[in-house]
Amino acid sequence: MSFLEVLYFLVPAAIAYAAPLILTAIGGVFSERSGVVNIGLEGLMVMGAFIGILFNLTFVNVFGAGTEWMALLAAMVVAALFSLLHAVASVSFRADQVVSGVAINLLAVALCLFLVKMIYGKGQTDFVQERFLRTDFPILEKIPFFGPLFFQNFYWTSTLAIGIAVLAWIVLYYTPFGLRLRAVGEHPMAADTMGINVTRMRYIAVMISGGLAGIGGAIYSQSISLDFSHSTINGQGFMALAAMIFGKWHPLGAMGAALFFGFAQALSIVGGSLPVISEIPSVFLLILPYVLTILALAGFIGKANAPKALGTPYIKGKR
Amino acid sequence: MTKRKFGLALSMVLAASTILGACGTDKEEKNGNGSAGEKEAIDFSVAMVTDVGGVDDKSFNQSAWEGLQAFGKENGLTKGEGGFDYLQSASDADYNTNLNNLIRRDFDLVFGIGFLMQAAVDEIASQKPDNHLAIIDAVVEQPNVASVLFKEQEGSYLAGVAAALMTKSKKIGFVGGMDIPVIERFEAGFLEGVKAVDPSIKVDVQYTGAFDKAELGKTTANRMYSSGVDIIFHAAGGTGNGVFAEAKELKTKDPDAYVWVIGVDSDQYEEGAVGDTNVTLTSMLKRVDVAVQNISKLAAEDKFPGGETTVYGLAEEGVGLADSRGAIPDDVMAQIDEYAKKIADGEVTVPETVE
Repeated sequence: MSFLEVLYFLVPAAIAYAAPLILTAIGGVFSERSGVVNIGLEGLMVMGAFIGILFNLTFVNVFGAGTEWMALLAAMVVAALFSLLHAVASVSFRADQVVSGVAINLLAVALCLFLVKMIYGKGQTDFVQERFLRTDFPILEKIPFFGPLFFQNFYWTSTLAIGIAVLAWIVLYYTPFGLRLRAVGEHPMAADTMGINVTRMRYIAVMISGGLAGIGGAIYSQSISLDFSHSTINGQGFMALAAMIFGKWHPLGAMGAALFFGFAQALSIVGGSLPVISEIPSVFLLILPYVLTILALAGFIGKANAPKALGTPYIKGKR
Repeated sequence: MTKRKFGLALSMVLAASTILGACGTDKEEKNGNGSAGEKEAIDFSVAMVTDVGGVDDKSFNQSAWEGLQAFGKENGLTKGEGGFDYLQSASDADYNTNLNNLIRRDFDLVFGIGFLMQAAVDEIASQKPDNHLAIIDAVVEQPNVASVLFKEQEGSYLAGVAAALMTKSKKIGFVGGMDIPVIERFEAGFLEGVKAVDPSIKVDVQYTGAFDKAELGKTTANRMYSSGVDIIFHAAGGTGNGVFAEAKELKTKDPDAYVWVIGVDSDQYEEGAVGDTNVTLTSMLKRVDVAVQNISKLAAEDKFPGGETTVYGLAEEGVGLADSRGAIPDDVMAQIDEYAKKIADGEVTVPETVE
């Protein structure tokens, strides 16, 4: 493979891999910016992946070719409702947010597998027929260099993920809503004094994170695994969590981090067919994404500044 | 400190005695309802314990259960006490309990399915020397255990022959899960089969390092197909889902695209369906059902191969290729059958490791 061919493979593969991570990580940004730790991203993704497949299989005759997009919506709604559990426990009842998040993770896998068993009578679902496919962007694909890099063989879901990242950045940094949300995460008492309803803001933030993680999970299950089983979502939620921290709780940073993970992953796969790198034992290529992540975290991004009030429940009137 | 150690030792003894006590009582029970299990068909009952995959895993657990059902049907047995039955394991911790449970329910032969159950079968076998057990995909050296292994390399050899005869680009791919001896047998057989047909064909081998990461399988398949590979054989479990996803995507985009996947363990025809067409060329089968039926039959005839390791290869019909449903033309099929015959007759021996 020539250098250009490698590049034409690496970039689209990295973006395709990153799309579910980007959405989930941005969900995490919303939740944590409002001061609620969300370890439950993994479980919310599981829920999204399951609902996506369930909806797709059930309604494929009704919606036909657009089923996968409708399934995204359904996954978003159900995962947002599911995340309410986390919100109720950690905001209203002031439970330990990490414990509540872990509970979400455990509950989601168990519940979804149980439902699969009840509905289909077996350990995994059938394969969906309507799924996300790669397409070429008309006209733009003809641009030399950038065409094959970004506009050939791309998923509309990747475009959606990047679009949402930009949108999240605008919402968080350039709207009153975003300012309030961040204020609640930095200094809830000050925000409360200024008349912001802290509890309401945190509920909204957690539900946004649930919705986005749900979309992320549904994108994964409908473009990569195509069915749902116990191993469909297997650590991607935690990767998204890492991307969020790596990206310093900033939507665009989280997107960059997710793309970086995707790039490292794709590099480990393409590495075997490059002239010099193929001499390296394959085990080193397999650990490459993780080594790069550690190096990047340790060496290049400096101190990560979490929102000040992260992890502490807000109790009105307490100093 | 010593006090604590003493306390620990004491509780260990207590725990051990409870467990041993449980073993003792169930023997009596066994003698009690031994005569109750008699049937007008044959007086033999058999059961199995699945590993964590579950009885409908589209892989070897399912295959084993189908084998038991076929055996039961043949001999007029019914599901349940005194006939045939299964228990599912939800986690590794369930193996011992499930095996014990079935033995207590007086099944004459109990199968442990999958190499994950090796330790559990070993332990139970030494606790119950009078009961017959069997294990699939592993070896347990006990006089009352029959061990069953498969010659994956022979089935993979045929998959390699099929791929080499069907490829147009002279480039074939192999996607492995973890780099472990079982998967190496798949790889070795596959490479050997391709070489036997045409040594000039290039086989692109890549291990993904996981059995449950579909995204890795998808990206790997993407790389292979875009570098000109037209047939990929996967031995990667859930990671292989990604290989199918990629092939199906290429096929949807261009219905005339010449892309194929060769499935593994069970017939993966369903996985390859794209509208009216299919990307599954064939699948390399591991006939756990055949092995389960054979061992049950031997045990029913009082010829239980306890302490022995039975290896199922092509000659025993323990491995082979699935029905290609027309994807492989008849004349090619005939050539593949010739190779199969050579292996079954012992003319060709397939290596277990990659040179």
